[in-house]
Amino acid sequence: MSAALELARITCTFISRHDRSQRYTAVEETSLAVAPGEFVSVVGPTGCGKSTLLNLAAGLLAPSSGSVRVFGEPLRGINGRAGYLFQSEALMPWRNALQNVIAGLEFRGLDPAAAKAQGEDWLRRVGLGGFGDRYPHQLSGGMRKRVALAQTLILNPQILLMDEPFSALDVQTRQLMENELLELWSADRKSVLFITHDLEEAIALSDRVMVLSAGPASHPIGEYRIDLPRPRDVSEIRLSPRFVEIHAEIWHAMKHEVLKGYAQQRQ
Amino acid sequence: MRNSDSKLGLRLWQLGVLAGLFVAWHVLTVPGILPPFYFGDPNKAAFFFGEPLKVLGRIWNWFAGGDIYRHLWVTLMETMLAFFTGTVLGLLVGIWLALAPTAAAILDPYIKALNAMPRVILAPIFMVWFGLGMLSKVALGVTLVFFIVFFNVFQGVREVSPVVLANARMLGASKRQLLRHVYLPSAMSWVFASLHNSVGLAFVGAVVGEYLGSSEGVGYLILQAEGVFDINTVFAGIMVLTAFALALDWVVTLVEKRLMVWQPRSGETERI
Ligand SMILES: Nc1ncnc2c1ncn2[C@@H]1O[C@H](COP(=O)(O)OP(=O)(O)O)[C@@H](O)[C@H]1O
Ligand SMILES: [Mg+2]
Repeated sequence: MSAALELARITCTFISRHDRSQRYTAVEETSLAVAPGEFVSVVGPTGCGKSTLLNLAAGLLAPSSGSVRVFGEPLRGINGRAGYLFQSEALMPWRNALQNVIAGLEFRGLDPAAAKAQGEDWLRRVGLGGFGDRYPHQLSGGMRKRVALAQTLILNPQILLMDEPFSALDVQTRQLMENELLELWSADRKSVLFITHDLEEAIALSDRVMVLSAGPASHPIGEYRIDLPRPRDVSEIRLSPRFVEIHAEIWHAMKHEVLKGYAQQRQ
Repeated sequence: MRNSDSKLGLRLWQLGVLAGLFVAWHVLTVPGILPPFYFGDPNKAAFFFGEPLKVLGRIWNWFAGGDIYRHLWVTLMETMLAFFTGTVLGLLVGIWLALAPTAAAILDPYIKALNAMPRVILAPIFMVWFGLGMLSKVALGVTLVFFIVFFNVFQGVREVSPVVLANARMLGASKRQLLRHVYLPSAMSWVFASLHNSVGLAFVGAVVGEYLGSSEGVGYLILQAEGVFDINTVFAGIMVLTAFALALDWVVTLVEKRLMVWQPRSGETERI
């Protein structure tokens, strides 16, 4: 069976708009595959090109070289089988929570009444039952993330792309949402590509963790299978001996890159 | 409680200032109250600055006698037509140019020139083209409103959050749907931000147009009175126009509040 998502020997070079001789290679010769139903995380220091990888997988960005395949077929344009949870605020501020959740259904031309019923159902599922008529600015950061999650999941994408979705949340809200995500995911096992700079989060959630080197020309430096049992509770599993063991192993390999990335940022 | 008290106090003070202004105006202009200290002739102050009682009487006659309504109606129609036409044109051209960078680059110097030009000087040309009726006033108002709306929309479309845009695309929005559901609402918020300005300018266009040549409208009333040195009527016209502009601004504020519920406003908590 072909992978749900496959990036093969991707290189992505940005050219400065003002000075065409200024180039920056964000990722180089990177390959990555997500099997159907698999939860894969990518960790790496800030600025190493994680969001770039996700944009490539979403079809929002075309690679300089290499190919992107979705269920075996080469990707052209937007990846219609994928849902994308962005790192920063992506809700339409002029639509209330319910209208945001059903935006995708509306774009597909679904009957408004049916869309509304589905939207309300999804709002309940992400714990925002009574909040449909609130506008994004009237919701907390965690609530906005929930709306964004419902907005993506209501379209039932086969692939879920998530870009540090919880990084802006406080620790408690974050763990709650991680557990909710795992629960929603276990219901129908979508293929997930999850980006984070938090190694613990990556291990707690994933089947597999890929570590990227610091940029420029970032590339994978290690891949680790996470054999922790499911279902998991993210706050409990962090205390298990096996978790600590895996964490130590990956951290040992990563430390050097993180320090390198940190040194570059300080320059 | 305290809040509404202070608000009432504020209103009383505001009314007090108004009353004070009228009294000062009265005392300084009505012949024979004060000995003449600037003008040699006691009637001269009234000749140049009018007399408040006569001005108010004039306004009263206008409204009681019903003379003014036709003129107000004409001015209002001109304002509204200029406002809507200018806004729609500004929206269309703004969105088009914001999404067509090449066309925008080519037209850039012309847009700058048109904007820099004091466009009120177009009024005589519009008189020649469209005659002395409403159309020439509407045309003047449109040129004033168009640029305000155009620049705001242009800016608004260009500053649409790239993440919101990417998200809408990922949710399956087609080009048309992006226009309808992302660019337009975003541009509209900028249009509303300039609503007070554009309504005000539509009004300016109407009145200035009437003042330069017309057969009806409040600007025409002022022009007529000025022709016969009837300063009281000129002041009456100015006061009616001002009250009218305030009312229009108030309507705009109401509309804005209704349509922009989604925009964050500071201090939305309720004090108990
Ligand atoms: N559109 C772009 N143009 C130029 N450089 C970019 C662009 N997008 C990202 N980059 C650069 O690529 C690098 C990786 O960015 P990104 O993928 O956002 O990193 P991460 O998500 O890992 O923090 C950064 O150094 C960034 O400056
Ligand atoms: Mg990023």
